[in-house]
Amino acid sequence: MALEASLDIHPSVAAAPWRSPTAESPAVKWTLIGVALAFLGFFLVLPLVAVFVEAFRSGVGVYFEALVEPDAVAAIRLTLLVAAIAVPCNLVFGLAAAWAIAKFEFKGKNLLITLIDLPFSVSPVISGLVYVLLFGSQGFLGPWLARHGIEIVFAVPGIVLATIFVTFPFVARELIPLMQEQGSGDEEAAISLGASGWKTFWLVTLPNVRWALLYGVLLCNARAMGEYGAVSVVSGHIRGLTNTMPLHVEILYNEYSFSAAFAVASLLALLALVTLSIKSFLEWRHADGLKAVRGH
Amino acid sequence: MPAAVLPRLKQQSVVPGFGPALGFTLFYLSIVVLIPLGALALRAAGLGWSDFWQLATDPRTLAALRLSFLASLGAASINVVFGLLLAWVLVRYDFPGRRLVDAVIDLPFALPTAVAGIALTSLYAPNGWVGQVLTPLGFKVAYTPLGVIVALTFVSLPFVVRTVQPVLQDLDRDVEEAAATLGATRRHTFLRVVLPALLPALLTGYALALARAVGEYGSVIFIAGNIPYVSEIAPLLIVIRLEEFNYAAATAVAALMLGVSFTMLLIINLIQAWSRRRFGHGA
Amino acid sequence: MQISVRGLRKEFDRYPALHDVSLDIRSGELIALLGPSGSGKTTLLRLIAGLEFPTSGSIFFGSEDASRKSVQDRNVGFVFQHYALFKHMTVADNIGFGLKVRDRRTRPSAQEIRRRASDLLDLVQLPGLDNRYPSQLSGGQRQRVALARALAIEPQVLLLDEPFGALDAKVRKELRRWLRELHDRTGHTTVFVTHDQEEALELSDRVVVMSQGRIEQVGTPDEIYDRPATPFVFSFIGDSNELPVTIQDGSILLHERPLEIAGNAAPKGILSKGAPDGAGRLFLRPHDLDVVDAGEGAIAGVVSGVRRTAGARMLEVEVAGRDRLEIELPADDQRSFVGHVGLRPRKWQVFPA
Repeated sequence: MALEASLDIHPSVAAAPWRSPTAESPAVKWTLIGVALAFLGFFLVLPLVAVFVEAFRSGVGVYFEALVEPDAVAAIRLTLLVAAIAVPCNLVFGLAAAWAIAKFEFKGKNLLITLIDLPFSVSPVISGLVYVLLFGSQGFLGPWLARHGIEIVFAVPGIVLATIFVTFPFVARELIPLMQEQGSGDEEAAISLGASGWKTFWLVTLPNVRWALLYGVLLCNARAMGEYGAVSVVSGHIRGLTNTMPLHVEILYNEYSFSAAFAVASLLALLALVTLSIKSFLEWRHADGLKAVRGH
Repeated sequence: MPAAVLPRLKQQSVVPGFGPALGFTLFYLSIVVLIPLGALALRAAGLGWSDFWQLATDPRTLAALRLSFLASLGAASINVVFGLLLAWVLVRYDFPGRRLVDAVIDLPFALPTAVAGIALTSLYAPNGWVGQVLTPLGFKVAYTPLGVIVALTFVSLPFVVRTVQPVLQDLDRDVEEAAATLGATRRHTFLRVVLPALLPALLTGYALALARAVGEYGSVIFIAGNIPYVSEIAPLLIVIRLEEFNYAAATAVAALMLGVSFTMLLIINLIQAWSRRRFGHGA
Repeated sequence: MQISVRGLRKEFDRYPALHDVSLDIRSGELIALLGPSGSGKTTLLRLIAGLEFPTSGSIFFGSEDASRKSVQDRNVGFVFQHYALFKHMTVADNIGFGLKVRDRRTRPSAQEIRRRASDLLDLVQLPGLDNRYPSQLSGGQRQRVALARALAIEPQVLLLDEPFGALDAKVRKELRRWLRELHDRTGHTTVFVTHDQEEALELSDRVVVMSQGRIEQVGTPDEIYDRPATPFVFSFIGDSNELPVTIQDGSILLHERPLEIAGNAAPKGILSKGAPDGAGRLFLRPHDLDVVDAGEGAIAGVVSGVRRTAGARMLEVEVAGRDRLEIELPADDQRSFVGHVGLRPRKWQVFPA
C-alpha cells in the first residue's frame, strides 16, 4: 500500500504517561483525597476519639462506676423504655403510611408525603415546645389534665411523645420510595391466586421491604435513644425519674463530672458506631433491597 | 370496599386495606404532628399582631436569630465546599479505606447531639487538644460564635455529601468525554460541564444543611458559652423563655423559626422542581 | 484526512479487547465498523479518538503520528451513542462549546460563535432551536444537535458510536439517509460503529467486519455480502444455511454425493483457494436455493414446515435427518410442498472446517 511506504512505522510508546481524558493527574487526585480525609479526620473522627479518651481519663474504675451508679442505670433504663415504645409506634405508622401511599392512587398524596417529612424540618426544641404548649400547666389541655391527675409534660409520657415526634418520619421515608418503586404487581398476583389481604401483606409485601424496614428502624432507634433537644424541653430533668441518657450526660457535664459525663456519652457513641456499622453492612450487602433509599 | 365509599378520592384497586391504612396514617399524623403544631400556631395567633411584633423584635431575640442564621450560613457554606470535595473523592477515586470513610460521613446523623456537643467543647476549650494550639495564635473558638459555627458544621456535614454523591454517581462519563473531544481541558470540563450539572444537588444540600443548622440545639449549647447578645442561639432562647414560664415569648420565637423552616422547605422543593424541569431529573 | 491504524492492540486488565488491528481509512470515506457486541469495534473507535490509549501500535492522521496526542489535540468530532449533550446548556451553547473553550488567541467572538451555531443548526435541519434545552428535544433532534456540536470544531475526522442505536426504527431510517447526504455534502472522513448490518451495508462506502477483537474482512458492501472472506462474515451478514461437506481434489461432496452433479446448469460456487482436502463448511443463502422434484438437484431433503413472512415464503427442509435448511421463495409461489424434495443451489461458498 502506498500509504504504508510513506510512513515511519514503529510501535508507539507514549512519551508522557497517558491519562484518561476524564481523570485527574495523580498529584491532583492524591491532594484532593488528602484534603478530604484531613477535613473528615479533624471534624468527625477527632471528636469521636475525644469522647473515648475523655471517658477513660480518670481510669477504668471511674468509667465503670459512672455506668453502674443508680442515676445512670435509671437513665439507661428510661432511654431503653422510651425507644421501646417510640420505635414500634413509628414502625406501625411507617408501614401503614407506605401501604396507603405506595399501593393506591389518591388525591392529596404529595401533601401527605410532605406532612410526614415535616418533623425533620422542625427544630428539636420546637418539637418539645409544642407538647408543653398542649399539655403543660399553662397549655390548652393542662388544667383538664391537672384536674384528673394525669402528668404528661415533665414526666415519661411527654418524653415518649417528644421522641415519637422527632423520629416520626424515619421508617416511613425509607419504605415509601421503595414500595412505590416496587408497585403493587406482586400484591395483585398474590390476591389473584386467592391470598387474603393479611396473608399478602405478611408473605409478599413484608419480605420485599424487610431490609429497608430494618434500615429505617435502625435510624429511628439511634435517633430515639440519642435525642436531646426535644426531650430536654419536656423532661423537667428530674434525676432518676425523667432523665434519659443524653440528659444525664448534660447534668454530669454541667456538674463538672467530666469523666462520668463522657463515660455515659461513650455508651451513646458506641450505639452510634454500631448503628453506622449495621447501616453500612445493609447498604453493602442489600443495596438492592434498599434501592430507593435516599440520603437524608 | 372503601373504593365504593370514596369513589372520587381514590382509583379502583384490587389490593385491600386502603381505608384502614390511610385512616390510621391520618389519625396518627394528626395526634403526633398536626395537632401539636396547630397548638403552637394557635398560641402564636392568640398573641395578637402587636404583641407578636414586640416579642419578635426584642433585641435579644433579634441577636439570637441573627447568630443562628449567620452561623448556619457559615457552616452550610463550609460544608458545600468540603461536601463537594468529599462526594467527588468518594465517587471518583479508589483508595484504601474508601468504604470506611463513606460510612463515617453519617456519624453526625448517628451520634447524639449532646455527645457531639461535649466532645467538641472538650476539644476546642482553651486546654483542649485543638484549643491548646489555637489559643496562643489568638483564635478563641469555644464559648464564642466561632464555636457555634464549628458545632453546626459538624451536625450539617453529611447533607451536601449525601445529596451530591448520587447525582455525581449517575453523571455520565461520556458527557465529560464529549467535552474533552471538543477540546476542553480538565479544568474547563469541571467548571463548565460537571459543576453546573451538580448545581441543583449542591443547592439542595446547602438548603438542607442550613435548615438543620438553624434548628440545632444539643451540640451547640455546650460549646457556645451562651452569652446573651453574643453567643446565644435562637433555639436556646426558646428554652430560656420556657424556663422563665414566659410561654408567649417562647411561642413567638418558635413561630418565627417555624416560618423560616417552612420557607426553606418550600425553597428546597422549588429547586427540585426546577432541576426536574431543566435536567429531566431531581437533585 | 486519511487515517492509518498500525498493529493496534488494547488490553483491559490483561484481557485483550483488540488484537493487532491494522486498517487504512481513505480521505473522505464513510466507513462502518460492524460486529457483534464485544467484537472490539467501539474500542477501536475510542482509540482513534484518543479516549483510550493503545497497549501497543499506532494511529496516523495523514502522515502525522496521532498516537501521542491527547484527545483535546486530536481535533476529532465524536458523536456518542447517547449523545452526551450538556443538559444545562441550550442547544446553541452545546454547539458553541468547542469554540468557547478555545484559548483566547483562537477563540471566535461570542457573536461569531452564536452565528456558527445557528448555521450548523440550519445544516442539520433544525433551524431556530438555538434556545431550547436538550430535555425539550426528541431523540432524533438530539442526535442532530450532537452531530452539529461535533462539526462545530471543524474536525479532521468524524467518529460516531452507534449513532442510531437509541432511536426507534422509523427515525433511524430517516436519519440514516440524511447522514449519507450530509456526508456527501461536507466530505468529512467518517467512521461509525454499528451492530446493525443493514445500516452498515446501506450507509457506508466500505464495511469493516469485526469479531472477537479482530478484523474479519474489509470491503465494499457488495464484497462483504457476495464474497464473504470467512465463515463468520458469511453467517453474520444476511441469512445463511450451513451444511457439513467433504472437500476432495477440489470438488465438494455432500453426503458422499458431489455438489456439482450433471444437469445442474453452471452453478456458481466459491471454494476458498488452496482449501485442503478434508472436512469443509458449505454456506448457502436462503434465496440462492431452488426447489425441484425429489431425486433431482444436488441436495435431498424432507419438507418440515412452510412459513409466510412479510415479503416471502420460507420453506424449512430437513437434510439427512440432521441439518435444517431455510429456503426463501417468492410469496406468490403457490406450489404445495410436502415430503421429499430436491434442492438446487444457485450460489454457494465452501470454507475449510
